[in-house]
Amino acid sequence: MSKEVAKERSMIIQKEMITRQFKELSMAGETGKKVVYTFVPGNISELILSFDMLPVYPEINALQSGMRKKSGGYIRDAEQHGHSEDVCTYVKCDVGMMLSGNIGPTGEKIPKPDLLLLSYTGCFTFMKWFETLERLYPGVPVAMLHTPYQEAHKITPEMTAYMVKQLKEEVIPKMEKVSGNKYDEEKLKSILRNSSKVEDYIVKIFDTTKHRPSPIDAYFAGVYYIGPINSGFRGTPQAVDYYAELYKEILERIDNKLGPITPEGVMEEERFRLVVEGPPNWTHFREFWKLFYDMGAVIVASSYTKVGGVYDMGFRVNPDKPLESLAEYCMNCYTNLNLQQRVDLLSKCITDYHADGFLVNSIKSCNSFSAGQLMIMQKLERKLEIPIGFIESDLVDPRYFSYSNIKNRLESFFQMLEQRKMMNIQS
Amino acid sequence: MPVYFPREIIHAANGLAIGILGGGDKKLIIKGDAYYQSYICHMPRSIIELALDKHFEGFDGFIFPSICDVIRNLSGMFQLMEIGKFVKYLDFPQNFLPHIGGTFYRHELQTVLDQVYKLNGVEVTAQKLNHSIGLFNLNRQLICKLYDIRQEFPWRLTAADVYHIVRAGYVIPVEEHNEILEEVIRHMQKEFGDPLDKIRVLVIGAFCEQPPAGLIKTIELAGCYIVEDDFLLGARWIQGDIDTAGSDPLGAITQAYLDMSTFSSSVYDVGNPKEARLLQLIRQRKIDGVIFAAPSFCDPALLDHPILQKECNDKGIRFVSFLYSENTGQFKVIKEQVGTFSDSIKLWD
Repeated sequence: MSKEVAKERSMIIQKEMITRQFKELSMAGETGKKVVYTFVPGNISELILSFDMLPVYPEINALQSGMRKKSGGYIRDAEQHGHSEDVCTYVKCDVGMMLSGNIGPTGEKIPKPDLLLLSYTGCFTFMKWFETLERLYPGVPVAMLHTPYQEAHKITPEMTAYMVKQLKEEVIPKMEKVSGNKYDEEKLKSILRNSSKVEDYIVKIFDTTKHRPSPIDAYFAGVYYIGPINSGFRGTPQAVDYYAELYKEILERIDNKLGPITPEGVMEEERFRLVVEGPPNWTHFREFWKLFYDMGAVIVASSYTKVGGVYDMGFRVNPDKPLESLAEYCMNCYTNLNLQQRVDLLSKCITDYHADGFLVNSIKSCNSFSAGQLMIMQKLERKLEIPIGFIESDLVDPRYFSYSNIKNRLESFFQMLEQRKMMNIQS
Repeated sequence: MPVYFPREIIHAANGLAIGILGGGDKKLIIKGDAYYQSYICHMPRSIIELALDKHFEGFDGFIFPSICDVIRNLSGMFQLMEIGKFVKYLDFPQNFLPHIGGTFYRHELQTVLDQVYKLNGVEVTAQKLNHSIGLFNLNRQLICKLYDIRQEFPWRLTAADVYHIVRAGYVIPVEEHNEILEEVIRHMQKEFGDPLDKIRVLVIGAFCEQPPAGLIKTIELAGCYIVEDDFLLGARWIQGDIDTAGSDPLGAITQAYLDMSTFSSSVYDVGNPKEARLLQLIRQRKIDGVIFAAPSFCDPALLDHPILQKECNDKGIRFVSFLYSENTGQFKVIKEQVGTFSDSIKLWD
């Protein structure tokens, strides 16, 4: 694991973007820029940016802590402060990080929030999380944006109206008060124009997995690809440039018939094509990924890369209807879809990207994803007669990553896929 | 229907709203475990077991009020399994302004009424709905009276008995339940029994998955009187009477939810902090100590506990905490823990 990680050009660009972002955050006290904490699903960063405020994403901080092997200590700290072992480890990691001085991934201190934007989209725990933060940062205003669930497989006009009213009467007035700036709809529209371009790129990028070999891994590398749009760069020119560069690189890879880049270089042989449901484990991310690329398994689509927005079913933000569009964006996030919609979307991915198997990484901390996954598996297995695999881990609690258990299960799964391939060849 | 649903609207449509609270400790779970990972709470797996064993065959529709991600996704599982003639996830608003959250909530309730109308063709008039609201107002008044008497004379009826009496209201017509409650209250107003040397406790955390009756009995056998709790919270959710004289009763039900709801782990509380409301309840019921009893893996309840426990610590209120599941069958450890808690308060406070 100590080998130097192979990096694409776009990864270097992204690293620079994030470094600048955290630098800007660390200097918020001096520049006077206001800081808004919010969540990845339903992250209406365009609105935050239109007020010249800086977004912070506690989930991103938690996953970064997981990758930097700091989350275990943070979680233990939060448990010593009364948090149960049973609850979401993102929340505990964030609480622990705050108790330890709120040092971000670049080693710089993350400033306190001036506003907690509770974009309550697709995850009930978000609400509890910010109720907790509200007590840890007394006096900081909370703007609640309740995103209705797509329970009837659709977005109704009443759902959109409810969200737009919340934006107009709850969120925007609080942003005006905190930032000292008036709401500027033209500015928001211009930011949304960039978001729409980025959404186009994202669809094209993840659609390249139709090629054989797939030029990208849509899960392990995919989480990097969705980084900018989900971490404060929605609607920025930098995001447009980043995604243009990334897409160009991927097209080059297709021309050269290259497989995805892994931390150990280009994956030479594509043996299995998988669709994965559920977030990855962050504490052992590289070991986890290695289990796949060592076996020649490439992920051609994943639900997790749609957690901050689903664009492959046609949705794009519409700059001409900015608030309605932000509302619909929130309601379209993956975990805000009902189970039938999730089955349909996964089924489309398996079919469109010619997957050999479907794998669930069931996350202990994330009921929004996990509750119902076993039924999703059952439905897909019956509908598509595709081999199904199941592993369990956690987001950022290292205590719930059992390497040997996961390896055993994956080996059995890959054997099953191999047998199925043999049977298909014979028939 | 764990936690709250305005049963008045179903009653007014000539329907009967039944509260499905899981399989408790009576139902052996075999198939349900195949639908849920080990780290998900117990109640949804027992509800799936009940569904697969055809216990819900006679039901027309299923309404899942928003409580948490597990219950939300359970509604999707019912949809995928095509159980019942309709399945509705009822999204309670987390915005409490009448023209924002109120408008949205009213539309949600109207959607339920439309579904029921498709089944039985019964038009819900203002008169009918006002009548139903009146019956449920009475029901809540009687339950509150039962709790009031019990907090004053907890030796007259056990907490487990009160629990069963209130729970009966989740499966029988409200008219019948009101009669039972009136009879029990008449009985409880008589002088009988003698107080025992027990501490007065409030149990909190059980707002959704219900504790087994054995657990409630265990707490009282371990030196406590449970004089306040959040069991079957939906039966007392609305704190007061809903207007029965207006021409817009659906609006009155909506407004009551916005203004008169109790506090719960499933409701956004900024602006109306739950710890302040817990303290108010502690004072009102003259509580000696708090028992935090939450179901395993219940994110909403368990994420509230540090907030509530900090408040208890700051105010010098003693508390004890443990987890259960609806089918917990061994109470020895809990009895020892609660007994020690009770003794410590009796001896040292």
